[in-house]
Amino acid sequence: MELLLAGFVGVLVASGVYLMLRARTFDLVLGLTLVSYAVNLFIFLMGRLAVGRPPILDARLAPTLANYADPLPQALVLTAIVISFAMTALLLVIALATYAETGTDHVDGQEPRAPEDRG
Amino acid sequence: MNWPHVIVLPVVLPLLAGAVALLVERRAPRLARALSVGMTVVLLIVAVYLATEAATGSVQAYLLGNWKAPFGIALALDRLSALMLVLTSVVALGSVLYACGRGPHGPRDTQGPHYHTLFQFQLLGLNGAFLTADLFNLFVFFEVLLIASYGLLLHGRGSARLRAAIHYVAFNLTGSALFLVAVALLYGMTGTLNMADLALKIAALGPESAALARAGGLLLIVVFGVKAALLPLYFWLPDTYRAASAPIAALFAIMTKVGVYCVVRVTTLIFGEGGGVVAHLATPWLPWFALGTVVLAALGTLAAVQLRTLVAYLVIASAGTLLLAVGLGSAGTLGAGLFYLVNSTFVAAALFLLIDLMAGGRGAAEDAMVPAPLAHRAAFGVLFFVFALEAAGLPPSGGFIGKALLLGATIDVPLMAAVWTALLLAGLGVMIALARAGSTVIWKATDANRMQTMAAQGDTLERVAIGWFALVMLAVIVNAGAVTRYAESAAAQLLDRRAYISAVLGAEPVPPAWTPRSGMEKP
Repeated sequence: MELLLAGFVGVLVASGVYLMLRARTFDLVLGLTLVSYAVNLFIFLMGRLAVGRPPILDARLAPTLANYADPLPQALVLTAIVISFAMTALLLVIALATYAETGTDHVDGQEPRAPEDRG
Repeated sequence: MNWPHVIVLPVVLPLLAGAVALLVERRAPRLARALSVGMTVVLLIVAVYLATEAATGSVQAYLLGNWKAPFGIALALDRLSALMLVLTSVVALGSVLYACGRGPHGPRDTQGPHYHTLFQFQLLGLNGAFLTADLFNLFVFFEVLLIASYGLLLHGRGSARLRAAIHYVAFNLTGSALFLVAVALLYGMTGTLNMADLALKIAALGPESAALARAGGLLLIVVFGVKAALLPLYFWLPDTYRAASAPIAALFAIMTKVGVYCVVRVTTLIFGEGGGVVAHLATPWLPWFALGTVVLAALGTLAAVQLRTLVAYLVIASAGTLLLAVGLGSAGTLGAGLFYLVNSTFVAAALFLLIDLMAGGRGAAEDAMVPAPLAHRAAFGVLFFVFALEAAGLPPSGGFIGKALLLGATIDVPLMAAVWTALLLAGLGVMIALARAGSTVIWKATDANRMQTMAAQGDTLERVAIGWFALVMLAVIVNAGAVTRYAESAAAQLLDRRAYISAVLGAEPVPPAWTPRSGMEKP
């Protein structure tokens, strides 16, 4: 299970970095989104995987982490999700405005000079 | 202190002012402007008051949710935080006054909506980042100040601004992702986010967790290096600062210092002496990267063909010098660095404003480094000369005292030869660049026509803003003894981290006057 999720994080980051390096605004947005998904999953994993354990105190269980899921990373992930969502929206607006202003979706606001654009 | 809540005011007041400004800006733009300026003045007073409190040497902790640290979020005020608060509010006051001035195309704060709201939220994020004692809370304040800075950078539009904004936003979003990874790693290793608690827990880690903890710590410093414009991570800065409008670029002079502040905070508190497996984490390589930053920034000032780019490289050079002082890590270098921090921040902000005023009166040449018409050459010349002395670190300026202190403190360190060579050569480079800029733009200037003369004269508020920075820098130089003592005691306080840790972890929650449960329990 840990290995599977760690693999997911790795694949998400790799795809995200690849997309971010493509120098097109839409790819950039997608890449950043993938990276932020990977980061969210990573924060969640840092609270350790726990199956079937409650995150809130229960009088019948001894108050140690052996009996509970760590609730703090879940709260952190919520904050991180909200922030990255807002930032992605903002970046989309800037990308659209740049496209409207410059007529290209290249992140430099102009097409590269070489004809063979590998994008 | 009789009223314990003063420490949270630098966070709460801009939040209130920003929200109210949002409500009234459509109906009464003048009221929003007055509110913003007034609140910045109040912030300055609060910051100076907090600095006098901190100067006594005590560390104050404030439990935000009345939960005992490390379970709740705590704010902490020591000498360094108080110094940063004062710097922020001084720069903010100059910036907001300049933004309210008439400007060549109307006041800069009316070029688009929500200027003062964004401005106040920016101050909220800055002040919060300087005060918080919680790593995740620091991330949140970083995001607050970044999202406000995106808005301010884009304020007034223009395709150059949009292009710079894409780079700036994408770069910082990636930085934020790395920040989260670092925070999560440290949390996964230690189970805490409170910086004081983290310092204790991380020191107790066994060697089996060393690799992950060190990776988390170094990642954290990389993220702060992005903000502080450290060597391989500064390429976003010149374009961004050149594209931003002048008062915003002046305010951004404090933004790189946030990164420097965070590096200082974590390298002294968490990764310093007594950090166990992560002790002296940044010491082997931070000075080298900082030296590289200083040298390349000096080359950048020489290569700049626009005055704004030149000042942007000055910002990088000052951040590099500061990180060098931090990286060397002794009490002497840290104290010298903190002294250098004060005037190097002010002079960058002042130069951005002065250059903008000049550029307004130079017609189509704007801030390009070519001879062009310029009126009021004597006034501009004197001001530029004074600011250039300060920026290049020549006597009798504060920059000179700061650099002299830093060089004096590095006499007995192994890196002495490299530090002296780099700092002195960089100082020479900056001096040549500034002398060339001054002679091209002011000395070789041709006579201006009436409109250009009018534009170069500027608005009263704009002149007041530039004068404000000149006045504050002069005050720092006159009181250099007191400021040096404050900087040195701040450095000593940082290196002796026990006071900070015991203040944060020892803060007791206020007993509640009434609890909701008391009514539910049966008698």
